[in-house]
Amino acid sequence: MSLPTQTYRITRADLVRYAEASGDHNPIHQDEAVARSVGLPGVIAHGMYTMALAARAVSAWFPDAEVVSLGCKFTNPVVVPAEGGVDIVVAGEAKPGDDGLTSVALTVTCAGQKVLGMPKAVVRG
Amino acid sequence: MPVDQTLIGRVFPPTRPYTVSEEKVRDFVAATGGTYEGGAAPATFPIVLAFDAMNAFLEAESIDLFRIVHGEQRFTYRRPVRPGDVLTATLSVASLRQIAGNDIIGTTSEITDESGDLVCATSATLVHRAGDQG
Repeated sequence: MSLPTQTYRITRADLVRYAEASGDHNPIHQDEAVARSVGLPGVIAHGMYTMALAARAVSAWFPDAEVVSLGCKFTNPVVVPAEGGVDIVVAGEAKPGDDGLTSVALTVTCAGQKVLGMPKAVVRG
Repeated sequence: MPVDQTLIGRVFPPTRPYTVSEEKVRDFVAATGGTYEGGAAPATFPIVLAFDAMNAFLEAESIDLFRIVHGEQRFTYRRPVRPGDVLTATLSVASLRQIAGNDIIGTTSEITDESGDLVCATSATLVHRAGDQG
């Protein structure tokens, strides 16, 4: 069953706020020069920020369900420009099992490119 | 400089107990564009604990945070995290390998509550990039 696609925007200001809330103050998420010094194309979103958006979509689709597991690889960096922002699109395909658990295979893209590798959630209820 | 090879299997000391408050959950939800309406914390909230444990690990091993890129993260939940929980994370190094001059560090953090019961286990793959000055 295909779930309704969710779109979320990430701005540099969000990354600053997320750094505070999560405790992840890695400067590659704030500082262009530091990001480039380690070979990145620019300031990138925290992988966990994108994963949080994937989780947000799961809770929008299954508001009362308990998440049993959640995982992904961070395959492509989400570059966040200094002005404006970028849109993250989260699509999902749900497969209910016999055990009361539903597997949700996610597809998370930015500008048409997949940014997470095999993102998947399992929910109960 | 490559990371110390004897790290595999090492268990680091538990992090200081962290009290989950409604305010912290609200800030976390707001930072990712949502509105907290009470109840369980978002599924990725335990990264706060795991990150605390990772910072202590990087500091102990003199690894620069800015050279770390996140490769993979997996969570398995025994129960949701809720405001009022007092949580501790214990990190261990599960694997270590080198690919193209980068260290690939596999860690596992077990997040337990005040009574020592497991709340969530999370595994992370950290890529330590040598960069230009490597």
